This record gives sequence, C-alpha cells and structure tokens, in this order.
Amino acid sequence: MEKTEIANRKISELLTEFPFLTAFFNDNGLEIEGKEELTLPEYFATFDEDEIENRAIDAENLIFQIGEFIEQMIAFLGKDEDIVMTVTILPGTDKSGNAERFDELVIKQGEIICIVGPTGSGKSRLLGDIEWVAQSDTPTLRKILINNDVPDKKWRFSSSDKLVAQLSQNMNFVMDLSVYEFVELHAESRLVENKEIIIKRIIDKANDLAGEKFSPDTPITSLSGGQSRALMIADTAILSKSPIILIDEIENAGIDRKRALRLLISEDKIVLMATHDPILALMGNKRIVIKNGGIHKIIETTDQERTILSTLEDMDKILLAYRTKLRSGEIIEKIEGQG
Amino acid sequence: MNLVTVSGPPSSGKTSVILKTIESLKKRGLKVAVAKFDCLYTDDDILYKKAGIPVKKGLSGALCPDHYFVSNVEEITKWGVDNKFDILISESAGLCNRCSPYIKGIKAICVIDNLSGINTPKKIGPMLKSADIVVITKGDIVSQAEREVFASRVNTVNPAAAIMHINGLTGQGSFELSTLLYDEDLHIVSLKGKELRFPMPSALCSYCLGETRIGESYQMGNVRKMKLDD
Repeated sequence: MEKTEIANRKISELLTEFPFLTAFFNDNGLEIEGKEELTLPEYFATFDEDEIENRAIDAENLIFQIGEFIEQMIAFLGKDEDIVMTVTILPGTDKSGNAERFDELVIKQGEIICIVGPTGSGKSRLLGDIEWVAQSDTPTLRKILINNDVPDKKWRFSSSDKLVAQLSQNMNFVMDLSVYEFVELHAESRLVENKEIIIKRIIDKANDLAGEKFSPDTPITSLSGGQSRALMIADTAILSKSPIILIDEIENAGIDRKRALRLLISEDKIVLMATHDPILALMGNKRIVIKNGGIHKIIETTDQERTILSTLEDMDKILLAYRTKLRSGEIIEKIEGQG
Repeated sequence: MNLVTVSGPPSSGKTSVILKTIESLKKRGLKVAVAKFDCLYTDDDILYKKAGIPVKKGLSGALCPDHYFVSNVEEITKWGVDNKFDILISESAGLCNRCSPYIKGIKAICVIDNLSGINTPKKIGPMLKSADIVVITKGDIVSQAEREVFASRVNTVNPAAAIMHINGLTGQGSFELSTLLYDEDLHIVSLKGKELRFPMPSALCSYCLGETRIGESYQMGNVRKMKLDD
C-alpha cells in the first residue's frame, strides 16, 4: 500500500481493514483511543514538540513502517503455507578445499537425518548452509535446493519464514509465564485461528511426551528438564512454521524420545538431529558423517542396524525401569532378565 | 571505505558478533578496523587487538556517550580513510535506550539479545526502530517459541529491518551477516554534512552541569516533573 494512501485514511478505516495494526500501535506505544477519526499525519500532529522529543517519535518513519508492516502481514496472511517437500544438498568442499564425496542428498518431509562427527567438524556450518539456503556463496560452496528448485531469498531475512527451528539441550525457558500463557503468546504471535484448540493440543501432547505430567498453570520456569523439552518439542512441532527442525541431542530423562520424534514427523517436519546416542542415531533414515568441515559419507540405516536398535531399546527400557524403581524408593535386588 | 555503525544495549553481544563477522570479512581479503565507544570502562579494545584488528577506543566518561560518539565520529572516519581500511565498524552501547548513533546513508546495525525480555523491543527507541539490520543473539539458550515471539516483536517495531540470528559464541550466522556489510561501490570519504537519523535528546539541566544537591531550588534549565496525582 502506498504511503500517501495510508496517510490519507482515517485510523479507524485502517484498523477495520487491517485489524493486525492494533499490535503495531501497541508495540510502538502509540495510544489511539479517541483519536480513531484522525488520519496518521493528523494523529502525529496532536503530539506537541516535547512529547515528540521525549518519546522519540519519528512520524515520517512510522508511517513508512506501517506501510511495510501492512505489506508483510498481507503477504503472511494471504499465502498458503509454503510446503517444503524436499531439501536438497549439493556438494561443496571441506575445510581443505577437497570436494565432498556425494552427488546430492535429498531429504524428504517426514525423514529423520542424523548428523554425526566430532565437535568442530562442521555440523553448525551445514546447518547454517541450510538455514541461509546457500547458493555456493558460503565457505563450503554448498548449494541448497528447496522442492528441487533454487529457493526464494525470503528464507534469509524474513522473521516469520525461517527454514530451520532449533531444539537443543542448552535451551531454557526464560519468561515469567505459565505454560498456558506461554503457548498462548506464541500462538498469538503466529496469528493462528482456533487458538484455544491449538493450545490444548500442544499442552496435551507435551504431557503425553513428558514422564511426569504438568498442568497448564505451572510456571514454565519451574518445569523439569524433561517436561521443558517435551513442551518445547510439542510447541515446535505444532506451532512453529519452520519446516525443518534441528535437534541437538535429547537427553534420555523424563521424556519419551521415540514418541517425540514421531510427533515431529507426523507434523510433516524434516528432522535433522545431531546426536551420538546410538538409539537416536539409529532411529534416523540416514546418517551424515561430517569430517574436516565436509560431508564425508552418507550412510543409510541398514536392516541389521534396525534389529540392533530394537535390542538397544530393550536395554534402554531396563535402565529406565531401574530409574523408576529408584525414584519410588525401592531397593534393587537383581539384574532384570537374568533371573 | 565503508562505515558501519553497530549499537545495542550493554552485554547484548556486540563485540562477539563484530569479532566473528570480521573473521569472515578478513577471509575475503578486506581490511577491517573498529572504533569502540564506551562510557566508563572497556577491555574490548584488547580483544580486537588480540584478533589483529586495528582499533581506536573512546571513553565518554562524564559526557553523554552518544553525544560523545557523534562529536568524534567524523575524526574516526578520517582515521579510517587515512589508513585505507575497507570497512570501519563503530561499536557503541545504547545506554539510555533513547539515543541512537545512526547516520543517514550509513549502514546501521542494532544488536539485542533474547534474554533481555519480551518487552524489550517496545522499550528501545530509535536505536532499534531505525536500524537497517537487527541482530538477535543468545538464541542458543532460549526456546524456539521464545525466539519466534521475540523476533516477531522486533519485526513489529521495525518491519523494514533485516532480522538475523547470530550465536556470538560459535559465530553461527556471522558469515551471513558479513555478506551484508561491504559494498565495493560505496566510498565514504568524510561524514561532514551528514545527518543523524534521529535527534538526540536535549538535556541541559543543573545536574548536567555538575549539581549534586537534591531539591527544587537547585533545579534549573530543562527540568520535567512526573505526574503523581491520579
């Protein structure tokens, strides 16, 4: 919308047509109550010089920003969700300039790809390349295609369209909000319809993943590690717009990791997981081995590995059973399964 | 020479972001220097020196830091031009959230962090609202939802800015920022005649001039009272 057009309309007209402007006025600390019948230049003219200076109001810039905001929101609301069916990585080079040893890696919606390799081997750079939709313009010279096509540059700068959402063990909740308020805030920032239903779904799912249940009015900062991770995963799966989720390990405590991954996949996410935990790593469809900044190898999980995985899972269950026993104050008397 | 102004609240990660970004710029063979402005104390110049980056430090001391910045930026620019740097980055802390050191026609970056609280974007004035690029740091320690909400709040107060997420510890995202900083067709020779994007607050009261006593009879000049009657 043209700047002159915005400047010529009454605030009330703008608000009727673009209800989301309420958030703009709010966040910019502009009270418009009682002044709805003014145009924006008239509205800004009601401030005296002192107020303009005190509150650092830049009328011209604000009118420009409103125009930008309207444009972005229309684009955001009007379009269908961008569906990312596949992400393709085309090879570049490792830190020494040697070509990476694969032709192309196509990752499909609903797939879990594990990334393995020592610290500093280049896992972050790979992720950075995907997030930045590299076009041979990053240090690795890799190229990223979305749906087998050169992607839109918007993925780089837009605050609402981010390709990758991240979950790691170091993440904490820092807001002073209850679980309900927290999810509500996120839902509002995403402008979702049927907010109530989505909030309930997220809290239910999170409880489903967490070992110990929590209620919607628990403060998020007092959730346990497992509960926090469960809420983060449920929230990211259901509310985050990003089609790719990067997970940096999930601790094996207080959360059902298998169900968590299943939830992400069922929401059509692409899951990239940096992990050295054998149970997680073998749950993936493929593993990317990173060495010296480059993709060294791509391994498809073999049938034999899948069989081994189920043995590992059984062992994991045994360990978990001991945990539960210890927690409830029992005494451990024998090794399970060995009489 | 290109000039870039970076500012942001104290401890938001400006220096880390600049250091990591310069690493990428240097790999392209660009000569980068930094002018660090602070109020009472800074050690950051040592960090820059250690990284082999030419640096000038200015402490505003008893003066308003942003006024001090703008009174010195012309000379700093001349230093940069004389030394034939490709990019000069100025770093200054926005201490009162009201000022901003941005100059019309000069790239302006604001660095804020996810830990500063969800209402922070509302509280910061022109320093955030008139920046060309907003860098959000410390995303590695808060949840995805908090990152998304924070970024969307930043976007509401400055819809025109490019928003970037940078991890100051690992440098993730700093390569991407480095690609936005250098324009080889841009040659800044002097700042003379250029204008600030937004006027700094006028402040000249008895306390600016060293008054320490409290009480109405000691207050002169630009004094304003809170409204306490409701």
